Amino acid sequence: MSAQDVPAIETSGLVKVFGTTRAVDGLDLTVPPGTVYGVLGPNGAGKTTAVRMLATLLRPDGGQARVFGHDVLHEADTVRGLVSLTGQYASVDEEMTGTENLVLLGRLLGYRKAAARDRSEQLMVAFGLTEAAGRLVKTYSGGMRRRLDIAASILSTPRLLFLDEPTTGLDPRSRNQVWDIVRAVVAQGTTVLLTTQYLDEADHLAARIAVIDAGRVIAEGTPGELKASIGAGTVHVRLRDAAQRPAAEDVLARALRTPVQQEADPVALSARVDDAEIAAAALAELAAAGIVVDEFALGQPSLDEVFLALTDRAAA
Amino acid sequence: MTTTTSETTTVPYVPAAETIGAVMAPGARPPRPSALSASITFGWRAMLKIKHVPEQLFDVTAFPIMMTLMFTYLFGGALAGSTGEYLQYLLPGIMVMSVVMITMYTGVAVNNDIAKGVFDRFRTLPVWRPAALVGNLLGDVLRYLLASTTIVVVGLIMGFRPPGGIVGVLSGVALLVIFSFAFSWIWTMFGLFLRSEKSVMGISMLVLFPLTFLSNVFVDPATMPGWLQAFVDVNPIAHLVAAVRSMMNGAWDTGEVTWVLVSAAVLTVVFGTITMRLYNRK
Repeated sequence: MSAQDVPAIETSGLVKVFGTTRAVDGLDLTVPPGTVYGVLGPNGAGKTTAVRMLATLLRPDGGQARVFGHDVLHEADTVRGLVSLTGQYASVDEEMTGTENLVLLGRLLGYRKAAARDRSEQLMVAFGLTEAAGRLVKTYSGGMRRRLDIAASILSTPRLLFLDEPTTGLDPRSRNQVWDIVRAVVAQGTTVLLTTQYLDEADHLAARIAVIDAGRVIAEGTPGELKASIGAGTVHVRLRDAAQRPAAEDVLARALRTPVQQEADPVALSARVDDAEIAAAALAELAAAGIVVDEFALGQPSLDEVFLALTDRAAA
Repeated sequence: MTTTTSETTTVPYVPAAETIGAVMAPGARPPRPSALSASITFGWRAMLKIKHVPEQLFDVTAFPIMMTLMFTYLFGGALAGSTGEYLQYLLPGIMVMSVVMITMYTGVAVNNDIAKGVFDRFRTLPVWRPAALVGNLLGDVLRYLLASTTIVVVGLIMGFRPPGGIVGVLSGVALLVIFSFAFSWIWTMFGLFLRSEKSVMGISMLVLFPLTFLSNVFVDPATMPGWLQAFVDVNPIAHLVAAVRSMMNGAWDTGEVTWVLVSAAVLTVVFGTITMRLYNRK
């Protein structure tokens, strides 16, 4: 087996128990090298716990986990030489300046003083932080802090980078910056394991996604496969006249061949659909029935919908 | 110091794949640093924190001055007939007491670091594992030195005249700092497993008050009831005070000095080991 074929991450039956809670409960993952792998799940699904075990911060209570073929428990030191972690809570020191944070890490990785300074300066330029380099990190905005955090993580040129909910709480511009950074990092051959609560984010960045709930994988595949597996999404309709809603509900139910929900808004209706073309036909039928439509939208399935659809199936 | 320019509103940052690629280009990765060099780097981090928030040195300057003044003038007349005479007896003891009391901030600092997540990063680095904690303690050693120096200087101004001379005073301070370094591992341990800064403070007080007051810091234990003398006899702080006092008096009590050095070694081995186990498991 060549080095190319070794999975960046391979876990089987990974378990972590806190008291009576099985935070991670038999997790099986295989992450191919050189790509972004999304781990999607709600709060409390066990994403962070899984990442902490893979980054050697927590001891697994059962099962196995290997990073590039190295056991996270027995070869922890080797694994530490291959990975970096940007945690959900900024893992930079607020009471030091941006430059000091990076120089400290550079020194700890074995760079001599001058080399650590050089590297820190290059990173500050690459991450657009030169102006803030001499300021204490506690004065940084959320986006700047997150950028510094990622800069600190790639200082060692890791082969595997863990990004635990890297955009939670960021404004849209900062979020886009983080996305661009992730793409640039992967282009250098680093594997990225990205945890997120947003389907949208996994969709934009990840080559494959694992959906996890209650500590185990409930679905895995490319973003397209996952979405196809639960249908096209939801049709949202807003009528001009509330009086026409019962009529519109009949037309939609017939055209879409699916139950239609009345929303709290007296002019709104919604329905799950499997096929975008049927939705287009339904719009034509509403017009033919003389119903005035102000808004007709086909929404991508939200994480809630993917998630509910998947857990329903798991329960069935 | 820090300049507070606000985030500029000129051109928003746009990440460029080339510049990020350039810094990630796999150059020769340097060899991993030695245990010593990693610890010193963490010590440098502790220094930087003092540099950015110098007010935090109040506890190693103002507090010791207050202790020395307070107890000398409060007890001096009653216990030794005059404050001048009492100072000769009290100074080595109050120096030990002040420094041992400020060791508890070590645990508070460790607990703080963990709460903020920065330790997660340190723990994923391939460096000698105890380095982060040893580095913190190296920073604390500086604080202990500063506190000891403050007390000695205040004492000299107030009329303390140590018969042991410079050598006696410096050796006494050195022994105190060695013991405090070892003793701090207890607080590092508590800092790792207690859940909040407040509980670390609470436990420290609970341990430190009896250890420092039920000793020979303020009075000769000969006047105490037998059961209390028995406690003082095994109290490591009492041995430390006796050793430091003997050094400053120029009549070294080798038995006490050895006792202190051995107990420092035992404390480091026992609590250092427990601390590292907790640190690795956390």
